[in-house]
Amino acid sequence: MSLLSSTTALLGKELRTEFRSRELLTTTVVFILMVIVLFSFTFDPTYNESRRFGPGLLWLAFLFAASLMLQPCFLREQNNDTLSALRLSVSDPFAIFLAKLVANTLFLLFTEVLMLPVFAILYNVPVLRVLPQLLLVFFLGSLGVSIAGTALSAISAQARMRELLLPLLLLPLLTPVLVASTQVTVGLLDASPYLEWKGVGFLVVFDVIFLTALWLFGEYLLEE
Amino acid sequence: MTSPRFSPTGIRFENIEKRYGGLAALRRIRFEIAAGECVALAGRNGSGKTTLLRIAAGLVRPSSGELTFPSAAGASAGAAPVASKTKTVRAQATAGFVAHATMVYDELTAEENLLLFARLQQTPDAASRVDKLLDEVGLFDRRDSLVRTFSRGMRQRVAIARALLHEPSILLLDEPSTGLDPQGVAWLAATLRQLRDAGCTILMSLHGESEISMLATRAIRLDAGLIVADTRAGAEVRSILTFADA
Repeated sequence: MSLLSSTTALLGKELRTEFRSRELLTTTVVFILMVIVLFSFTFDPTYNESRRFGPGLLWLAFLFAASLMLQPCFLREQNNDTLSALRLSVSDPFAIFLAKLVANTLFLLFTEVLMLPVFAILYNVPVLRVLPQLLLVFFLGSLGVSIAGTALSAISAQARMRELLLPLLLLPLLTPVLVASTQVTVGLLDASPYLEWKGVGFLVVFDVIFLTALWLFGEYLLEE
Repeated sequence: MTSPRFSPTGIRFENIEKRYGGLAALRRIRFEIAAGECVALAGRNGSGKTTLLRIAAGLVRPSSGELTFPSAAGASAGAAPVASKTKTVRAQATAGFVAHATMVYDELTAEENLLLFARLQQTPDAASRVDKLLDEVGLFDRRDSLVRTFSRGMRQRVAIARALLHEPSILLLDEPSTGLDPQGVAWLAATLRQLRDAGCTILMSLHGESEISMLATRAIRLDAGLIVADTRAGAEVRSILTFADA
């Protein structure tokens, strides 16, 4: 109960501060939009090319946008030493991570859903008939990115070369998520759409393992 | 500020050491603060004052030694350690901490900040407690203003209100008068005097003599992580606090 109430209070804080400043959402939306638009001009995607290259391009854009979004996640808490205030206030430090990773997942999902129609129009890919399945893979992929990213953001925030460290740690770690999410998305955008359960299963396992690791060892990441 | 009833609690440092790699930030720190005592920590920058306060708050784990919060009711012998090499227990129920930084969110209003921390600390009747504290620190009329629009002195008032949300019996303050104007220092001194008189144990780091240092009934001087002076004599307390900056 304490974990749930603390997480809810902290999630409210994360959403309120973001919707007041709109720093993360603006950066992420603009970045993904630029990538999608620019690539739509660099080659002239026919219907089949779009199905082959589109999902990889989309997930690469999501991943790089996520690394931009995750960077300030714990850095913001250092400006006024608010992380110390949180550590002193919560009875379970996992609540700090849980609130941040739920907020990051929501921000990522919001951006992805916002960008999906743009992608569908520019790349001539019909997405409506597989929308629920696409949202499922967006959710599982974004959750994986957020869990690993939130943990690494806590580590990198205390390091010297923090701006460089997070992408260096995050991108290799998230390669399996990128591959699995792309594979599932390729299947969904196929002429005869299918849901690749193996990829979905991998994403679920990845999310569960990293969430459990964060629950067990997260407290040590916050220590000075 | 209305004086709450504090359950008298002291602080005992037992051979606390803290090393950061090869650097010893604190060495053989051993002293006890009686319940209700007001102790000033003095020393040059880097002497270990902040590290000692952060260990007492439960934010930093000592490399060796133990920290306990013995109660004045004679339970000192059986008091469980709050911090040791192998663990830190959140000192939230007992101690309030005011750091050098304000520890509040600039993008939230004063009321939102206090409500957030009150809910995290599971303070009973959080809304009325927050209203009461905002009134006591003189910010009730600005409760809906974002903290980033506040002056340093106003932010410090929010910081102190945050530390007092759960009516802690120990108050830890790291250079609390930094950035405050004379009126702010006078307000802080009056607030701390009321808390001290109500039985709150206070440990604070200070630079030089001020209205706030006059409250101290004991002064401890640190140098390179070691205690080099510890006195309760009035004249010597003043001398330690002024000499530390020399």
